[in-house]
Amino acid sequence: MIRFDRVGKRYPGGIAALAELTFAVESGEMIVLSGHSGAGKSTLLKLIPAIERPTQGAVVVNGQNVAALKRAAVPYLRRNIGMIFQDQKLLFDRSVFDNVMLPLAIAGVALRDAGRRVRAALDKVGLLERERAMPVALSGGEQQRLAIARAVVARPAILVADEPTAHLDDATAADIAAMFHAFNQVGVTVLVATHHEALFAPYMTRRVVLSRGRIAQ
Amino acid sequence: MKGWLLHHRQAAALAARRLAATPLNTLLGALVLGIALALPAGGEMLLANFQRLAQRVAATPQISVFMALDAAKGDVADVESRLRRHAQTREVRLVRRDDTLKRFKESEGLAEVIENLPRNPFPDAFVVVPRDEAPAALEAMRDEFAKYPRVEHVQLDSAWVKKLDALLRLTRLAVALLAAVLGVALVAVTFNTIRLQILTQRDEMEVSRLLGATDAYIRRPFLYFGALQGLAGGLVAWLAVLGATFLLRGPVGEVARLYGIEFSMHILPFPDTALLFGLAALLGWLGAWLSLSRHLAK
Ligand SMILES: Nc1ncnc2c1ncn2[C@@H]1O[C@H](COP(=O)(O)OP(=O)(O)O)[C@@H](O)[C@H]1O
Ligand SMILES: [Mg+2]
Repeated sequence: MIRFDRVGKRYPGGIAALAELTFAVESGEMIVLSGHSGAGKSTLLKLIPAIERPTQGAVVVNGQNVAALKRAAVPYLRRNIGMIFQDQKLLFDRSVFDNVMLPLAIAGVALRDAGRRVRAALDKVGLLERERAMPVALSGGEQQRLAIARAVVARPAILVADEPTAHLDDATAADIAAMFHAFNQVGVTVLVATHHEALFAPYMTRRVVLSRGRIAQ
Repeated sequence: MKGWLLHHRQAAALAARRLAATPLNTLLGALVLGIALALPAGGEMLLANFQRLAQRVAATPQISVFMALDAAKGDVADVESRLRRHAQTREVRLVRRDDTLKRFKESEGLAEVIENLPRNPFPDAFVVVPRDEAPAALEAMRDEFAKYPRVEHVQLDSAWVKKLDALLRLTRLAVALLAAVLGVALVAVTFNTIRLQILTQRDEMEVSRLLGATDAYIRRPFLYFGALQGLAGGLVAWLAVLGATFLLRGPVGEVARLYGIEFSMHILPFPDTALLFGLAALLGWLGAWLSLSRHLAK
């Protein structure tokens, strides 16, 4: 489903963030990505939805080489990948409901259908009662759940999460890990970069450890 | 197709909400654009009225046919009947040389000069109103009448119609130039408004893009915003010109009456009004498009 083939990434003027990276993710897997800070986890995840482009090698997602994708085709790639960003990227001037609505509005889903799907997604993460709230009024754990609801509302086949449990207490982080497990159980392919390896260990199909831009084991 | 319509509806609604969210900015923006648009629109309104007035005053060009000084009564009668029978003449009026002399004698200053002349210096003349007012037809008639027996001179009174026409054309050009210059200003103002808007919408644009929004999707609400603000400017301009029309109606009518003309100012004609709103929206859209293109290219 996702294949990295001798991928290298060098940021302009920087050192190599990734080098000679080759591995594949099968459909239905739940991969945990770990490694020291600066190992290249975020960079690796950003290559999948073409937020960053590799400077070497090929990243193939659903049979498409993302590295060579035309700019105009990138939006359609992204619509099939649910993303949870390290810094969440919520819109703080929009309600919880409207934040989750955004991917559906972008995809042009009819309003009534979209409303139903937004509520279903909020229900899955336990935020249905807060749909009218503004994101600032939410706790850290709730904000993270909001980010998850937004990532899954368009029912993507792939879910990519960058440190979704950072800054959360263990109990809340455990809830989040279980949520990813639930999505994986219904067939979503999941890639999670995390320091909370222990929490995800019971659910993962495989662990990939990065060290200085290379696979360590 | 359905998704496309939905996108446009949502973009228009979002643009309207953004306009409504900052009423003071919206009002000031509309005023700036409105004043810029009011100048050429007002010029066009005045021009349209001037043209109507000119048509009223100079609608019928005349042809003056002067007989020879020593033409006999019979010759004059002969030419008169030819003119009256002519298919292209609508009206023929004979101005007798004695009447002309009498009129000049009555006028102050000239009376003395005329009194001392040995004989009547004026010829008999006809004032002919033609049916066809096209310059070519008038000239053909002039040449034809000049060949009638004992006709000394034929004069076309269309010179000043031509001058008026040239003046109108020049004024129209000036209004068009003014419209072009202020159109550029309108694009520039919208460009800047949208540039400032983009700064406040940065997060939303970035997040939308990460979630799979196309350039067109990101651009659309701003384009509607630009077009709507342009339309608001158009409305301000239209109201300003409407107000000016009613303010001028009384005084202009009074001046016209002094010249013996019954004239009432009309508001901006419909095609010009449609053009005003159409151009205002289009230029606003263009300003937004340019602003977005600059941003999206980064
Ligand atoms: N936008 C960027 N520009 C330049 N260097 C970057 C950028 N993003 C990350 N890096 C560098 O790339 C390396 C990998 O970073 P990152 O992928 O964020 O690692 P991790 O997520 O594992 O902490 C680091 O050395 C980091 O400094
Ligand atoms: Mg990181």
